[in-house]
Amino acid sequence: MNTGKTAAGILLLTLLAVAVQVGASVSGRDYYLTQLTMAAYTAAVVMGLSLLVGYTGQISLGHAGFVAIGAYTSAFLSTAPLAHASGTALGKSLLRFHVLASRPELYGDGTVVSLAPGLAFLAGLLLAGLVAVGIGYPALRLHGHYLAMATLGFGLIVYRLVLGTAFLGAADGISSVPPLPILPGVACTGEPGQRIANYYIAAGFTLMVLLFLLNLTDSRTGRALRAIHGSERAAAATGIDTAAYKLKVFVLSAILAAAAGGLLTFYRGSIGPSDAGAMKSVRYVAMVAAGGMASVWGALVVGFVLTFLSLRGCFGSFDDAVFGVVLIVIMSFTPEGPFGPLRTLVVRFRARRRPALANGESEKEIPRVVA
Amino acid sequence: MSQIVQFFFSGLTLGSIYAVVALGFNLIYSTTGILNFAQGEFLMLGGMTAVTLARFTPIPVAVVGAVVIVTLCGGVLEILFFRRLRRPTVLQMIIITIGLSIVIREVALHVWDEKVRSLSYFTGNECSSVRVLGAGISPQVFWVLGTVALVVLLLHLFLHRSLVGRAMRACASNPEAAMLAGINTGRMRTLAFMLSAGIGALGGCVISPITMTQYDSGAGLAIKGFAAAMLGGLGRPMPGVLGGLLVGLAEAFSVYFGMPAAYKDATAFGILVAVLFVRPQGLFSSGELQAGAQER
Amino acid sequence: MSLLEVQGIARAFGGVQALQEVSFAVETGQIHAVIGPNGAGKTTLFNIISGLLRPHAGRITFLGRDITALPPHRISRAGIARTFQTLALFENMTVLENVMVGRHLRSHSGAVAAALRLPRQLHEEKRIREAALGYLSSVGLFSKAEAPVSALSFGQRRLVELARALATEPRLLLLDEPASGLNPRETDDLAQLIRRVRDDSVTVLLVEHDMSMVMDISDEILVLHYGRPIASGSPAEIRADPEVIAIYLGGEFTGAAC
Repeated sequence: MNTGKTAAGILLLTLLAVAVQVGASVSGRDYYLTQLTMAAYTAAVVMGLSLLVGYTGQISLGHAGFVAIGAYTSAFLSTAPLAHASGTALGKSLLRFHVLASRPELYGDGTVVSLAPGLAFLAGLLLAGLVAVGIGYPALRLHGHYLAMATLGFGLIVYRLVLGTAFLGAADGISSVPPLPILPGVACTGEPGQRIANYYIAAGFTLMVLLFLLNLTDSRTGRALRAIHGSERAAAATGIDTAAYKLKVFVLSAILAAAAGGLLTFYRGSIGPSDAGAMKSVRYVAMVAAGGMASVWGALVVGFVLTFLSLRGCFGSFDDAVFGVVLIVIMSFTPEGPFGPLRTLVVRFRARRRPALANGESEKEIPRVVA
Repeated sequence: MSQIVQFFFSGLTLGSIYAVVALGFNLIYSTTGILNFAQGEFLMLGGMTAVTLARFTPIPVAVVGAVVIVTLCGGVLEILFFRRLRRPTVLQMIIITIGLSIVIREVALHVWDEKVRSLSYFTGNECSSVRVLGAGISPQVFWVLGTVALVVLLLHLFLHRSLVGRAMRACASNPEAAMLAGINTGRMRTLAFMLSAGIGALGGCVISPITMTQYDSGAGLAIKGFAAAMLGGLGRPMPGVLGGLLVGLAEAFSVYFGMPAAYKDATAFGILVAVLFVRPQGLFSSGELQAGAQER
Repeated sequence: MSLLEVQGIARAFGGVQALQEVSFAVETGQIHAVIGPNGAGKTTLFNIISGLLRPHAGRITFLGRDITALPPHRISRAGIARTFQTLALFENMTVLENVMVGRHLRSHSGAVAAALRLPRQLHEEKRIREAALGYLSSVGLFSKAEAPVSALSFGQRRLVELARALATEPRLLLLDEPASGLNPRETDDLAQLIRRVRDDSVTVLLVEHDMSMVMDISDEILVLHYGRPIASGSPAEIRADPEVIAIYLGGEFTGAAC
């Protein structure tokens, strides 16, 4: 139990988040907050994926598909006009109870009635969860390369569907997504006046995901997940329902991805097919790998920093190449992540006499997919 | 009728290219246990290199040159990135090849920019056609079909008749025994990468006049090649060729039967996912999925 | 009623008949050994009993209940634990965590309780840790609790697996060649440990190559040859069985692995 350590870490991170905001605002660089906000949502996706890939050992090359499901459902349901609803009695009462929401027409002076953004957001989570059950149930019986391909195929199908479907905006995506009200006066939206508030919404969401995952991994459930990664048959023989756990983790990480995708969509006010692309999925995996695979903290830090740098345009025209190189270098030299060997170095430095463990070379059996 | 023939040939042409990709996958997979996600990039590299060489030399020389260069690239990749891994996990291998595919694509982007290029038609031009059962078929289609058929035939002979080919198959079925029998498994792995890259490059050249080549055209081919290889049963080269033709035909006829063209690409992905879920051992394999695949 | 009853089990791989017509019963409180030359089907038998493989024919009952078609985790829950011939430790965890996984069945907290750090969950987590430490000391590895399993010797790793299996509080413990890879001293310690486990009212079914250990500790022995049972009985009876002697070439019988 690392309750104390966890609490200290979260507290420190919260202080850091506040310091960054104050620093950015005081120095007149408020615009940084926009990218920081988007990076925080991406980091949440990466953390959720690390639970699946790093802890449980089940690869997903289609997680952008779940981000897209959350994002597109939120965007579509909160913008699709329900023209007939506003006139009827039912429509009026639904409006009163905030099941429906009206907003001014973009070009013109009428109003448009659509599903309330909050419900659209929840529908996105629900849909992602349902799709994850449908995909995960057959897919998670597969291992290694087969699972990788199945999830890659799933991601590509989602990409092709959103790209080819007219009511989802095809290549243009969906724009002018309304704000998602969170508290009175505070909404998840890209409006400049709400920039600081939205920075804290994203930070709060990400910190909650962090706390949730840290607690989860350091528990009976977390051990069961790592056991599945270590040896699936031994886990099963020890009484762990491996199929059920794998499915639950898959669904959980899908819902987290959809939640982050939905919030990001309300924040940006739009969503396009590029967010569903296979390259996005690969980036998520790259960040999980660079964060040390089975490390929620690593996933958070790497996911946040790399996404922020990428959004700031620091990688120039080598944006994708950077992620490719990260994948190759990490997997070739330190498959357990860059932090393991670093930690080993520190330990070795502190106590030179104690034999250090070679972290990079685990003694796992060669997992051959076909014997 | 002539329309069906048209669709049939278009499916067959695409399918034979998917077959080439599947062949490459299976060669590397069965010899090394690596599923090379960068396989599609070999086709792209082949096409791009040939287009560049064709500016200075006649097309046949350009194609041969491209195949040689990409073959060497394949060998270099294996030596640089895979030989030094002692006991790679599946996850490690998947991620490294994905990383390679991204880096190759990005390098190609910086070498050749984003423009779509193509080799000129080997015989005739884009307007010439051959009449088959009332349908007009481009002569390049026959170049593709002929080349792929020849590659499949030669590879089959190589794997089953030649000493080296047999040694390679031995590595595939039991690497330890092969090593004990004095086969240099490391060299076989490099050879598998080279062969696979070379075959891919040739495929990339012959299809280039029809589908064009762009720095990122590899990824799409790779995933369709996956579908083909899965249909045939992963690790089995010849059934994978059949799988490729099936995927190509399915894609062509899905449009014929009214599937919106925007969803055309989803056909192959749908096949891939369906095969994985229903018959991961492939259509033409009778046995169960081998124990190793069930329990990593 | 016997604790475990195996009736007419058969299993083939491709064209090879790995097991056929295998029937036997394990009585409560015994140490029951299965022996036979390499390829006799012993590990296949274990994999079938523990649910990792399905038999093509036959029936297995445990405590009077049919467990033939159950998945491995349900069989584990029914009270059968096992170790593996080729160790299957969770390499990504510490020694203690490996054994804590063994307490999975004996604890309940779910993801929500863990995420919210409910007092009930914290309390249970403490109990899991204490119990796991107890099992670790019973195999003599208390001092290694916080070490990663990759730092242990082969013999110690076998013991971690044993502790993990015992932590599930099984009624029946399957040991797949527990002495392979151990030196003679470690083997003696292991024999002592197995006896102690039996005395703690855990029935033991083991596959073993080390004949002197099998003869020493077993109450009942079943001999498999090419997937068929050819003899069963007490160590003395097995030692005197002409067919068994013929298979083991007489003289080598008392030797170590064959």
